[in-house]
Amino acid sequence: MEKFTTHTGLVVPLDIANVDTDQIIPKQFLQKTERVGFGVHLFHDSRYLDHSGKKPNPEFILNKPEYQNTSILLARENFGCGSSREHAPWALEEYGFKVVIAPSFADIFYGNCINIGLLPIKLNEDQIEQLFTQADGAKLNLTVDLTNNTISFTNSDGNEVNFSFELGTFQKYCLENGVDSVGWTLNKLTTIEAFEAKMPSWQ
Amino acid sequence: MTISTAPQTLYEKLWQTHLVEEKADETPLLYVDRHLIHEVTSPQAFANLRFHNRPVRHPERTIATMDHNISTRSIEIDAAGEGAANQLRALEKNCKDFGIELFGMGHKNQGIAHVMGPELGLTLPGTIIVCGDSHTATHGAFGALAFGIGTSEVEHVFATQTLRQTKAKTMKIEVKGHVGAGISAKDIILAIIGKTGSAGATGYVVEYCGEAIEALSMEERMTVCNMSIEFGAKAGLVAPDQTTFDYVEGKEYAPKGDVWQQAVADWKQLKSDDNAVFDSIITLEAKDIKAQVTWGTNPGQVTSVDSIVPSPDDFNDPIEKESCINALAYMDLIAGTKMTDISVNKVFIGSCTNSRIEDLRAAASIVENYSAKGQSVQSSVDAIVVPGSYRVKEQAEKEGLDKIFSDAGFEWRLPGCSMCLGMNDDVLEEGDRCASTSNRNFEGRQGRGSRTHLVSPEMAAAAAITGHFVDLNS
Repeated sequence: MEKFTTHTGLVVPLDIANVDTDQIIPKQFLQKTERVGFGVHLFHDSRYLDHSGKKPNPEFILNKPEYQNTSILLARENFGCGSSREHAPWALEEYGFKVVIAPSFADIFYGNCINIGLLPIKLNEDQIEQLFTQADGAKLNLTVDLTNNTISFTNSDGNEVNFSFELGTFQKYCLENGVDSVGWTLNKLTTIEAFEAKMPSWQ
Repeated sequence: MTISTAPQTLYEKLWQTHLVEEKADETPLLYVDRHLIHEVTSPQAFANLRFHNRPVRHPERTIATMDHNISTRSIEIDAAGEGAANQLRALEKNCKDFGIELFGMGHKNQGIAHVMGPELGLTLPGTIIVCGDSHTATHGAFGALAFGIGTSEVEHVFATQTLRQTKAKTMKIEVKGHVGAGISAKDIILAIIGKTGSAGATGYVVEYCGEAIEALSMEERMTVCNMSIEFGAKAGLVAPDQTTFDYVEGKEYAPKGDVWQQAVADWKQLKSDDNAVFDSIITLEAKDIKAQVTWGTNPGQVTSVDSIVPSPDDFNDPIEKESCINALAYMDLIAGTKMTDISVNKVFIGSCTNSRIEDLRAAASIVENYSAKGQSVQSSVDAIVVPGSYRVKEQAEKEGLDKIFSDAGFEWRLPGCSMCLGMNDDVLEEGDRCASTSNRNFEGRQGRGSRTHLVSPEMAAAAAITGHFVDLNS
């Protein structure tokens, strides 16, 4: 996993609540055994007018010319609900997103993002509204500083705005250091084996 | 198993008995007793094991099945297309290389992971069960902490038999009294989701209790717990009781002899203490629950069959109002339409929510009633019945249920996840409207541009024959 410390990028606003992982990556694109090839199918049913994905839907926000170099997705409540498919964060990451900001995320999706180094940031409704206002017209460039748990941007009035966000201590450590979480836990085999030795025989 | 004497919820007991390590600066490490895997969410995890030259630490704690993208018309591995076949063959090779037991195509134990696990006794009370599938919550019906995980976590479990988890908040959902005649477990859970909204339990583990829950069979409890994820809960739980023990006893993989006796003694402690504190409590009166049908594009957009399609004006919250407008447009429904006036052209009876033997019996009994009056599946409707596993299929055929369905015009298929997510060729066409016993009515879930109404097996059977939703109690 790549280390995440700071990131500055263009924000694209996706003004839809309850975006589920079926919408993020539909089921017909889950039949791969590799970890790549999902970004092109991100938001397939909204992004393309045809089944084969050859005709982009000009109305969909990711297809608008002004948002082509986006790397921060601004979303609404309950983002990533539904299926546990990690293919959804894989598709977002492969498309070029480094950060997803929403007022709330589904639990499994949130964990999956952290596990692959895609930073999910929860902000309150008021902060999210401010960002949606600023992001209209592809005018919002935002800096995420993971070390200090802040995001900052210059608003349309020319004022510098800072929001702080929370992230679990260990989750932050893993993101900042690109920790191989499996390797980390494998260093604790003695503790795990001691636990196993005490388990009841039916377990 | 040691359990603290301070009042605890069932979730806290399961947490405590599985806590391998808790340090101030690390996410807690939990032990995983049982890992179920399938073809879609495991290949990249195996690939990473190979890359790091790591073994599966406890292959005997992992069981594999083929369910998500298999054909329901043929047991041939190539029958559902090249992509599916590649994944199925990869699963075969991975299981062989890493020493994992696999229930492959046509195996007598093959089935949807969440149908197969319980019926084989792989699902035990007091355990932690994970699977790369969000409907793993199903196994919570046994008083197991069961939840869906992503592929990175599948890899973590393979290599370590543990997972890092943040402790969830606790929610108690009590369903008081008894449901009326003809009200199914599916109606109970849809009514709960209708009350909480589709994200009402995000961040929580839910425990279902109350007379109406205690009265349910194991199959029915599984239907309830299965849909916990549909209102955001990480997991759903029902405290194990005699119904649970009677179901598990004697199953192929269940403990036997003295070990069984010890297990039951331990499992009897698995209930929330009288004074246990929950972060949230929701109460429903069972007698108020009517047969449910979803009208929108998330499972929280649901109403009673004797009701009407709601209007955006019925919602005060601006997001819910907007969501209603979008849902009515996608579903091509007009506010005020009677639910019983909505016609369907497709019916799907199946999925990890409703494909167990009791579900098929319930649907078949409705079909029999109509058949006795000379009615069969409407000519305008295509209806399929997909049993959840080969064991369910065999039992259903022994009871003649397949014949009841076939004689009435339903297609009797082979087990699999099928049209619940349409990864195989069981896909709806654009504009199709389906009465489905599955768990998600998301836009495009069963096929791009298709419309899904979530219902009970009884309602799906009645819709197939009448061509519309029916208030079976009127």
